[in-house]
Amino acid sequence: MAIWVDERTRVVVQGLTGKEGQFHAARCREYGTKIVAGMTPGKGGSSVDGTPVFNTVAEARQATGCNASLIFVPPPMAADAIMEAADAGIELIVCITEGIPVRDMIAVKRVLAGTESRLIGPNCPGIISPGKAKLGIMPAHIHREGTIGVVSRSGTLTYEAVDQLTKLGLGQSTGVGIGGDPVSGTSFVDVLRAFRDDPATEGVVMIGEIGGSAEEDAADLVAAGFGKPVVAFIAGQTAPPGRRMGHAGAIIAGGKGTAREKMEALTAAGIHVVATPAEIGVTMAKVLGRA
Amino acid sequence: MKIHEYQAKQILARFGVAVPRGELITEAPQARAVAERLDGKVVVKAQVHAGGRGKAGGVKLASDPDEAVEAASRILGMRLISKQTGPQGRLVRRVLVEEALAIARELYLGVVLDRNVGLPVMMASAFGGMEIEEVAAEHPEAILKEHFDPQAGLQAFQARKLAFGLGLTGRTFMGFMRLASALARACAEADASLAEINPLLVTPDGDVLALDAKMTFDDNALFRHPEIVEMRDLDEEDPYEVEASKFDLNYIKLDGSIGCMVNGAGLAMGTMDIIKHHGGAPANFLDVGGGASQQRVENAFRILLSDPEVKAVLINIFGGIVRCDMIAAGVVAAARNLHVQVPIVVRLQGTNVEEGKRILAESGLALLTADTMAEAASKVVAAAR
Repeated sequence: MAIWVDERTRVVVQGLTGKEGQFHAARCREYGTKIVAGMTPGKGGSSVDGTPVFNTVAEARQATGCNASLIFVPPPMAADAIMEAADAGIELIVCITEGIPVRDMIAVKRVLAGTESRLIGPNCPGIISPGKAKLGIMPAHIHREGTIGVVSRSGTLTYEAVDQLTKLGLGQSTGVGIGGDPVSGTSFVDVLRAFRDDPATEGVVMIGEIGGSAEEDAADLVAAGFGKPVVAFIAGQTAPPGRRMGHAGAIIAGGKGTAREKMEALTAAGIHVVATPAEIGVTMAKVLGRA
Repeated sequence: MKIHEYQAKQILARFGVAVPRGELITEAPQARAVAERLDGKVVVKAQVHAGGRGKAGGVKLASDPDEAVEAASRILGMRLISKQTGPQGRLVRRVLVEEALAIARELYLGVVLDRNVGLPVMMASAFGGMEIEEVAAEHPEAILKEHFDPQAGLQAFQARKLAFGLGLTGRTFMGFMRLASALARACAEADASLAEINPLLVTPDGDVLALDAKMTFDDNALFRHPEIVEMRDLDEEDPYEVEASKFDLNYIKLDGSIGCMVNGAGLAMGTMDIIKHHGGAPANFLDVGGGASQQRVENAFRILLSDPEVKAVLINIFGGIVRCDMIAAGVVAAARNLHVQVPIVVRLQGTNVEEGKRILAESGLALLTADTMAEAASKVVAAAR
């Protein structure tokens, strides 16, 4: 088992006809993901690498039964793309796009609140259930099928952690990149709940960073009883306050959102917090008695 | 993106926020005419992107045009040093000359994104002039909060709740209502990520005005605000950061001695953290991005090395979509072209890592290599000593 994506996931790629969309959709397809449709307004009727392209998500859903969307639409149009997917009844929407204005994401969240759709991202690497399906831009070859759930606000730092896990013989059930923006769809708490309830996940790696308090919320959830070990790293222990460290959401504002606060909250919740990213894999192995 | 106080007041005034009359000047003698137009008594305020200007001597009261010129000549050209500027301070190039108003009360009014709720929140407090973080720490109950949807705006009942909470009445109540709703509209329409009016002034006549103003904008939304982009003041930014931004590189200057080049923001922060853990100090944050080409690597290298504090460089790349062999070729070319003198530690991992390592080994350059982040960090810290 895995969470949210597996062999049954049927994907429409919004922005399939763009360079990014075409490139990454091909990599997802190679991995075995069922890419069943593309969507680009005005390009309906054409096809990309054998995948039919539709003018609207609703048409794509009707024609192909797609139940997930992967979005590679430029920032000014990305909020519209997410809302269109939700309107078409797509259950899982994964938005890779970086650079969406906060105000647009506030509108997206309001609209999505009245639907059954789950949004992952934006500004994220996507989601992968190794051996089953990949909806995103992460390098597939570093992953192995297994029992560790991975959730992260980062991209390459997640790859680093996954690589360590795989090399130690610890495969992954699902890896979820929730993204580096201040307002986004799925939170740490959402993903942790899903991993908690997934019988195929026996431990969780969580990679947070400075800014906001999503990690503190996660700590509250775990403190209430999680039943599985959690290993966490918080990036940005050396980040200066008031500066945006690459990700729009990675900023210590008004003295709040420091790595120290987060590490303390996570530790108090019984989470195994590591000081450097180099210790993520070995710590999980140790905690599971596989070291 | 940050802007100056006078620019924030221009934007807020456009949306109907009442602000004192004033003019910007860059030469001290200009203060005379401005003070005369404003009936003599004025406040001269340094315009720099940093708080704590008053305590640092960057704000002076002048009771006549002569004093205004005197105050302006003291402030213009000064190095303003506050706890927000760092020890090197900021050179003051412009001052705002404003009418001096009598003060009955000083309040606080601000708007910031509440990430927990996913909405902007308007905050008001009776403790004007104090930093809101201090108020939050000492009198958390004294901060009134109203969340609002940027599209729907701040509703009248919300502004009323704030006004009643602040104990406002009559003319002041009405003035505050207008100002609060104008501030909410300005923040929403201009895509501000933060706006602070501190203090919000109540005059003895009951007028309500923004005595100070600070605005920061959502960088992701600047594409729809060319008029705000034009307000960017490169003099207020770090020169290395300005240079990096020309090449779309995400670079932040820090005060350590180990230059870092990493792909991805999270890994870049993690790399800084592990350097610190091994006893070193990062000289910068630098994310070369997912699509790190040879050109980008070279530009990043050049900017890193132009910082004289850098004693060693750590390159940490996790090749996902980006291939390690391509990065290795870029590093070798850049190191050759730039005649690099400082030790360089390269740690490559991921796609085509073996080919990447071969390119580094055969380059003939004195590059140190590492397999893991821990090894890379300990090597670069040793090399920087």
